[in-house]
Amino acid sequence: MQLHNLTIQEAHKLLTSKQISSVELTQAMLQRIHDVDPKIKSYVTVTDDLALEQARQADERIAKGENVTPLTGIPFSMKDCISTRDVRTTCSSKILENYVPQYNATVTNKLADSGAVLVGKTNMDEFGMGSSCENSAFFNTHNPWNLDHVPGGSSGGAAASMSASLSTFSIGEDTGGSVRMPAGFCNVTGIKPTYGRVSRYGLISLVSSFDCIGPMTRDVYDCATVLEAIAGHDEHDSTTFNSPVPQYNQNLNKPVKGMTIGIPKEYFVSGMEVGVESSIQEAIRTYEKLGMTVREVSLPNTKYALPVYYLLLFAEASSNLARFDGTRFGLSVSKDAKDVIDIYLQTRHEGFGDEVKRRIMLGAYALSAGYYDAYYLKAQKVRTLLRRDFETALASVDILLAPTCPTTAFKLGEKTNDPLEMYLSDIYVVATNPAGVPALALPCGFSKDMPVGMQLIGKHLDEQTLFQVGHAYQQVTDWHKQLPPI
Amino acid sequence: MDTNTVKHIATLVRLGISEEEAQKFSGQFTSIIDYFNMLNEVDTDNITPASDIANSQNILREDVVQPSMSRAEFLKNAPQSERGYVKVPTVLGEE
Repeated sequence: MQLHNLTIQEAHKLLTSKQISSVELTQAMLQRIHDVDPKIKSYVTVTDDLALEQARQADERIAKGENVTPLTGIPFSMKDCISTRDVRTTCSSKILENYVPQYNATVTNKLADSGAVLVGKTNMDEFGMGSSCENSAFFNTHNPWNLDHVPGGSSGGAAASMSASLSTFSIGEDTGGSVRMPAGFCNVTGIKPTYGRVSRYGLISLVSSFDCIGPMTRDVYDCATVLEAIAGHDEHDSTTFNSPVPQYNQNLNKPVKGMTIGIPKEYFVSGMEVGVESSIQEAIRTYEKLGMTVREVSLPNTKYALPVYYLLLFAEASSNLARFDGTRFGLSVSKDAKDVIDIYLQTRHEGFGDEVKRRIMLGAYALSAGYYDAYYLKAQKVRTLLRRDFETALASVDILLAPTCPTTAFKLGEKTNDPLEMYLSDIYVVATNPAGVPALALPCGFSKDMPVGMQLIGKHLDEQTLFQVGHAYQQVTDWHKQLPPI
Repeated sequence: MDTNTVKHIATLVRLGISEEEAQKFSGQFTSIIDYFNMLNEVDTDNITPASDIANSQNILREDVVQPSMSRAEFLKNAPQSERGYVKVPTVLGEE
């Protein structure tokens, strides 16, 4: 038995039957991180002392049999854009390199209350701006399946930490595919929940109307377990839903026979890697064997999803990142500053990487007088059409099925010189965020020895159906159990 | 987009920028904006712009004073502070 490879469900059984302790499990995970992560570089910060303290507390809870939850004593990692009190939270940016939050995100508090054990914070594209993790201001993260390839982004560190068995679960964040795309590249299961299902309080904002915190796990069962623990209403985030959080795992085994899958025809166009397409077709056949009906549907505005997504992202990010001004927290560069404006100019020039600068400037451009109607307002109108596309398609089927990316993980450096080319790798994952609908990514095969991911897209607040359909697939396939040779 | 426009936008968003950067961004911005112009193909007459996602009801609560982060705690992250305030250089110009 390898402790670092356990699922949450397996570890929970061993912990509650006292076959292992959380301290043992946590020590094994920390040891593995120190042995293997120098090759992968998925962690920005490893929290050894905090983890061992939390593990000891978890063992006490288990010994007393009090407040034991499915996550008590389970080691996890978290994307470095989610605030952790007294633990550095960097967004992989120089501007926050030494920033130590004075408060916890709601998700951090919920996980601490559940007894989960934080082993570290994971690398990401700076402020979530990227699709390969290469925009981290600190270092590149490597894909555990092939170290010359990217892990995807922006939650690339989270995905790599799961793939290389450097955490039992991980918390990512998905603004336009940032959980699903790296999950697909690294052979990990992950969900972008419905917008408003999980509190954003304490998440360092990228796009406030898109951002969704979501779990990354070894399988659908674990994903449902973690989502249940972190979802729910929060008085600190007025966009969270009041409706109760379902006990997702109770209905996981309901048969999928008779349900209908929609295949959006616009997602199957030229440019898709042959091995990706064949893996997706094979997954569709698997569902047919399980008794599901498959039907082609149309999302007619799909080709506009990418410009809508990026325009709105630029605009909201430009406004959200105005807070990094070198006066109240974070980096401050005030060399020969004559006035406060000099501090802003110098701090932001030195503190932000190129991609962040590009997006802030293009956002200001899209919002500026003379261009507002043509870009920002136009994008918000087409966003209405994108939402209608999903409503219409999902009215006639139970879920949609699509790839997470047209290709498998590309090589490090392959797309860094052309920002637009990099944006295009998000083509299948961005549309769900402007629409707000949930989507579950899961492994569905390999192409040229690299993992292929698919996503199931569902109706608002219907994560239950995604988990049910995803779980059914993982009962008859073992792609999600494949581990990289590391 | 020419380099002067790039520099003007950089000023608006309080971003210091070098001549070299302005030139690099100018070319990149032009190709990105050209790509965005494909939205002009879409007929959006009579389409209401999206202004919320799904959870559109107002959530109201009593406005009750509650403890918040202490001043000392807040100032831990301030690059410069003095007598309990965040310190910055001149904001309103010379006396």
